[in-house]
Amino acid sequence: MFYREAGDFKTSYQGDSQTFPIKFDRYRYYAVMAFAFLVVPFMINDYWANAILLPFLIYSIAAIGLNILVGYCGQVSLGTGGFMAVGAYAAYKLMTAFPEVSMFIHVILAGGITAVVCVGFGLPSLRIKGFYLAVATLAAQFFLVWLFNRVPWFYNYSASGQINAPERDTFGILITGPNAPAWATYLFCLIFLTVCALIARNLTRGMQGRSWMAIRDMDIAAEIIGVNPLKAKLSAFAVSGFFIGISGALFFSVYLGAVEVGEAFGINKSFLVLFMVIIGGLGSIFGSFAGAGFLVLLPVVLKVFGVDVMGWPTDIVAHFQLVIVGALIIFFLIVEPHGLAQLWRVAKEKLRLWPFPH
Amino acid sequence: MLDKSESFVTEDGRTIGGVVMEMQNITLRFGGVVAISDISFDIREGEIRAIIGPNGAGKSSMLNVISGFYVPQEGQVLYHGKPRPQMRPYEVARQGIARTFQNIALFEGMSVLDNVMTGRLNHMKSNVFQQAWWKGTAEAEEVKNREVVERMIDFLEIQHIRKTPVSRLPYGLKKRVELARALSAEPSLLLLDEPMAGMNVEEKEDMSRFILDVNDEFGTTIALIEHDMGVVMDLSDRVVVMDYGRKIGDGTPDEVRNNQDVIDAYLGVSHD
Repeated sequence: MFYREAGDFKTSYQGDSQTFPIKFDRYRYYAVMAFAFLVVPFMINDYWANAILLPFLIYSIAAIGLNILVGYCGQVSLGTGGFMAVGAYAAYKLMTAFPEVSMFIHVILAGGITAVVCVGFGLPSLRIKGFYLAVATLAAQFFLVWLFNRVPWFYNYSASGQINAPERDTFGILITGPNAPAWATYLFCLIFLTVCALIARNLTRGMQGRSWMAIRDMDIAAEIIGVNPLKAKLSAFAVSGFFIGISGALFFSVYLGAVEVGEAFGINKSFLVLFMVIIGGLGSIFGSFAGAGFLVLLPVVLKVFGVDVMGWPTDIVAHFQLVIVGALIIFFLIVEPHGLAQLWRVAKEKLRLWPFPH
Repeated sequence: MLDKSESFVTEDGRTIGGVVMEMQNITLRFGGVVAISDISFDIREGEIRAIIGPNGAGKSSMLNVISGFYVPQEGQVLYHGKPRPQMRPYEVARQGIARTFQNIALFEGMSVLDNVMTGRLNHMKSNVFQQAWWKGTAEAEEVKNREVVERMIDFLEIQHIRKTPVSRLPYGLKKRVELARALSAEPSLLLLDEPMAGMNVEEKEDMSRFILDVNDEFGTTIALIEHDMGVVMDLSDRVVVMDYGRKIGDGTPDEVRNNQDVIDAYLGVSHD
């Protein structure tokens, strides 16, 4: 009823392999995009931007990046925090060294630098897999944080050891620093998220994505079919690193503004992004959005509900928040181990037949 | 004996060409275990070549040597008359050698269509940036290769499960999907490791028909391992018999059937 594909025939292979094969899906997607680009910037204020929208957009980019590595290529990584730090510090060094250059270029370059670093730390994946690879990437996490703490060149010899985002613009609009308008920072991140999601989708529906998934599902058979494991694994690390680097650069320059590396990009960040990917759904672009939205929104919703609606003391709500988030994660993993994306898929299958399921 | 480059016509009117692949004195050891010892045989263009033997005879190891998964300690593999240097399995695949596996090795998380599309990997050349952009080169290439894949899907009669995840399929269909994946690479040499293991009579008949059709329509050279003697004797042009890593017979099905060593290996000999 609501949701039908009857009469929606494909007459070409292009039509069959497009991103949203069902017409209804496609129009909904256009509507969401139009709303996000044309309506939200006029309604946004600092609270919405900083509490919900910016973290959602930025974590979505990180989750897409990690999902390519873990969900599509099957290489478990616990180094996300460290790689985000690479993006942040690369952006910082670029911003201070070339103040005239547009922020777009800085963020993209920061992504590129992170991709190179990520490939370097991905080299062990050619020899080890599973938990052992996770430990190897954990080493990357600790090493990178240590590096940015100990080598003063990275934080430009500042006394506090922190990095602070200077005011930088793009096309004359202030993007970073405390005076940047909320709509500009929001749009800036939204553009990056949209482009990243499109790139991820294009790569995963084509041959590149198939060779990643082949490596994930059965690496020996993949190699005999003709997948070069070296190329497939390292390209996954590179693409993943590019996205995670972009998210790290945005997280530092646009969202936080000032960063102490151990606090902002510690092991907790790695786990947070990994949870987003697992809760959202491994091997699904939509799952990355869902997971990021879930873990960004849930604390906010709980706080609003506990403090503003129920009138409980703030500290109790803050502690309960951790308990409830933890319990919900366990609940979700038991009910649907394939994440929110799978729940969504099941709901769509049901809706397609509703109200006559037989 | 026939000359290496000479071709001949079989009883049923098919032309068998010259030697495509030649195994010369292959010996493969795993530590102290000799899996294959000093075996030589050849595969001619356009023929169906069977490798048979009791369990543990080294048949699958032989196939793994051909597909580059094992490197023999001694001997060499000649492909189109040239000695093949040691190479990784994916490089062997690029030379036009495709295979299926004894225990189905499909990519469980992907749909049938995606599985079969992976077979086209070596025919797709667009780079990461073109694929990230999608429009243009990558899309055109995808469509072109999709046509080949759809032909194979039609050929193996699996149209109805095109979009189904492989993990949901029954065993017999999985075997067929695996064959489709190997075929979509348009190989010049196809290796089948027990294509009929665990099938009922009907499924075996279907599979035999597909193998004969592949050989007939695409002219693909096929080397297969199989335990069902009836199938082997019906399908194959020439048979290699192995036992305990040695070659004990080589020839047409009739020659092999009357070979005393082969009969002994299968039926056993009295030791008195």
